Amino acid sequence: MTDKDYFTFKILRYDAAEPDIEPHFQTYKIRVIPGLTILMVLLRIRDEIDGTLAFRSSCRSAVCGSCAMVINGKIDLACRTQAASFGSNTIILEPLPNMQIIKDLVVDMTPFWDMYEKVKPYMIRKGDYPDKEIAQTEEDRKKIDQYVNCILCACCYGACPVLARNPDYMGPAAFAKLERFMLDSRDERPDNFLQNVDSEDGVWGCDTVLRCIEACPKDVRPTDSIVGLRKQLVKNKLFGKGKNED
Amino acid sequence: MLYHDVLIVGGGLSGLRAAVGLCEKYDVGLVSKVHPIRSHSIAAQGGINAALANNPDARDDTPEKHTFDTVKGGDYLGDQDAVEIMCKEAPVIVYEMEHWGCPFSRFPDNTIAQRPFGGAGYPRTCFSADITGHVLLNTLYERSVYKDVKVYSEHVVLALVTDGNLCHGAIVLDQIKGEIIPVAAKATVFATGGYGRVYLYSTNALSNTGSGIGIPFRAGVPVKDMEFVQFHPTSLIGTNILMTEACRGEGGYLLNNKGERFMERYAAKAMELAPRDIVSRSIQTEIEEGRGFEHELGKYVQLDLRHLGAQKIMERLPGIRRICLDFIGIDPIYEPIPIMPSQHYSMGGIDTNEKSETVVKGFYAAGECACVSVHGANRLGGNSLLDTIVFGKLASISVDQYLQSDGFKPDEKLLMSKKAEVEHKIKQLNSGGSQRPFKILDELRLTMSNLAGIFRTKDELQQALSKIIELKERYKKVNVSSSKIYMNYELIGAWELESMLDVGHIIVLGALLREESRGAHSRRDFPMRRDAEWLKHTVATIGKDGEPNISYKGVTITKYEPMERKY
Repeated sequence: MTDKDYFTFKILRYDAAEPDIEPHFQTYKIRVIPGLTILMVLLRIRDEIDGTLAFRSSCRSAVCGSCAMVINGKIDLACRTQAASFGSNTIILEPLPNMQIIKDLVVDMTPFWDMYEKVKPYMIRKGDYPDKEIAQTEEDRKKIDQYVNCILCACCYGACPVLARNPDYMGPAAFAKLERFMLDSRDERPDNFLQNVDSEDGVWGCDTVLRCIEACPKDVRPTDSIVGLRKQLVKNKLFGKGKNED
Repeated sequence: MLYHDVLIVGGGLSGLRAAVGLCEKYDVGLVSKVHPIRSHSIAAQGGINAALANNPDARDDTPEKHTFDTVKGGDYLGDQDAVEIMCKEAPVIVYEMEHWGCPFSRFPDNTIAQRPFGGAGYPRTCFSADITGHVLLNTLYERSVYKDVKVYSEHVVLALVTDGNLCHGAIVLDQIKGEIIPVAAKATVFATGGYGRVYLYSTNALSNTGSGIGIPFRAGVPVKDMEFVQFHPTSLIGTNILMTEACRGEGGYLLNNKGERFMERYAAKAMELAPRDIVSRSIQTEIEEGRGFEHELGKYVQLDLRHLGAQKIMERLPGIRRICLDFIGIDPIYEPIPIMPSQHYSMGGIDTNEKSETVVKGFYAAGECACVSVHGANRLGGNSLLDTIVFGKLASISVDQYLQSDGFKPDEKLLMSKKAEVEHKIKQLNSGGSQRPFKILDELRLTMSNLAGIFRTKDELQQALSKIIELKERYKKVNVSSSKIYMNYELIGAWELESMLDVGHIIVLGALLREESRGAHSRRDFPMRRDAEWLKHTVATIGKDGEPNISYKGVTITKYEPMERKY
């Protein structure tokens, strides 16, 4: 064990319940061994050094979406990021942007979930259900694959430059979820459904600078969904047709 | 004080299914310590069993055959009436989930695809690539949004309120605001998942502390068959992240350091697809006899997928490949995966019947925190997702019946006095004690993994028991760094630690007393199953001194007489 195994972690501390104390960085030294993830570092700090440190975590295997944060300027899940992967032994940890801090690395995700609910994120069917499964080809199912993979971690939401200037913008994840249902051969939402997103707060607000794609830890491309939804809207306007009349 | 007709604790598959079943008719409140979409159901990979007979190799599959496989897989400890109900419900709930939008993988005839899984006579595991838990949880959460279920996210339950016969609700902590809230409810359903984090080596999420088992136990509710702990054969070394059984269902091999498919020695017919208890013991034996590999992260054997080819791996196991790349820097298309067995699932739990009822009226439990028992001494892969949704649904039906026949009003005084008790106890956690919570937890985990693992002996279990009793003593002096109640994860951890110590205690005590080997409970000093003495469930109830008292009760046998398990 040498000094160079000890990394410096600078973590943004802030408590919304004590707003008089400005956000500030607190420094912790932790010995880094190969394979140690940022989440393991945070758990060790909370256990052994500072019990007051707040961050969210659960699955520790990049599937539950709890631990999105800014790690040395890059948005990612703390659990899948190796501490030794930056070529630097100083690592800065900050909460996700575009949301209010509750405490330290925990942000208030209410706006994110509000936007999610706004797109009616569930299967809509008109008639009765069949006795067995609704038939779907594997080819049709594959069309929604990338959107199905979304873990709602809000990495994209934090990375989105439009949200930074327009908090009413619905954000990449909500559109990806909407497109997941629009492209599902089993979904029967009504023709006028896209009115919800036909605005500058909706799909027309996107700058298409692809920050969301870069930030996604699950290889989802929210921009694809925005482009798809825009095309559908233009088509509806030109031909007066909705999805289920195509 | 909050009031609801029904309080549901847990936002995973069981809790959401119960909520969706009740919310149109009743005022339902669902409390979840993480946002529901972060629940551990999300991490299930391989699939959900149902005898749909979609697979061309399984046209004659039936719920009866599924029942038999489940009973045999559980080494005859499951209650066969309950297993029958679950397997009969299986096709119903799989179609229901599909109708609600679940994107299952498909066969060329456009039906739901089904793959082979361990211990099953037919390929009956429905799946969506290797993210089946993820798609099911998303679908049920979406359904709950559609049905406008009232969710209290990031609220953790601290205590259950009963008067011995009747349940009156629970005491809940709003983690963000730091409010301690009594919730008065005519019916309460626990769907809080497993206790994997009681073990050092576990596939489970950090949130799986088992406090949802310890809290009812403390309130006088019996828990059952806790010594039956499932060790999954294939977890990634180091992090112990799950490598789904579907890796073997799709044709993956297990190899030792001689390059042998060693399962031939232990289960010549089923090979890698023997039930999990058998495969885990086989791997452990290979390692102990020197046929494993060495690594700084621990000893291991290989899970080899290379012969499946890139296309099949990318299509059927993309999540596994991603995890291997992210967490150990290995691409399974080109290299075998280093794996070891680790704690995965709890067959035991809150003692429930086939209607998700407990002995306390108005208190129900479903999913991994409950023990019906359908999994007996060893759960088959693909049966846990099934269990969660089926018994979440059956709990909603039972609660509905209970509320129709009862004009019961929760006792607010009882709730307020419990609240005061909880507040006092929280204060004590920050009153200058000398013990750090993480130290106690680390020692508990090490004890459980080293002394109450895959193979067990009387000596080791006795050592474990003394250690846990010592840790419980030390817990009385536990201290957290801050007296604040809001946003204090250390405090919640310290609160849950009490439950974890209880859970560990019950597991070890049950294991020490059960002098036989059955399913996942394997005693080196009693290597045979002993039906004459031990074909019975272990029941633990809390004694006056707070210690578990053990008693036993019979197993329901309907059609399937116990016989020797061969694979």
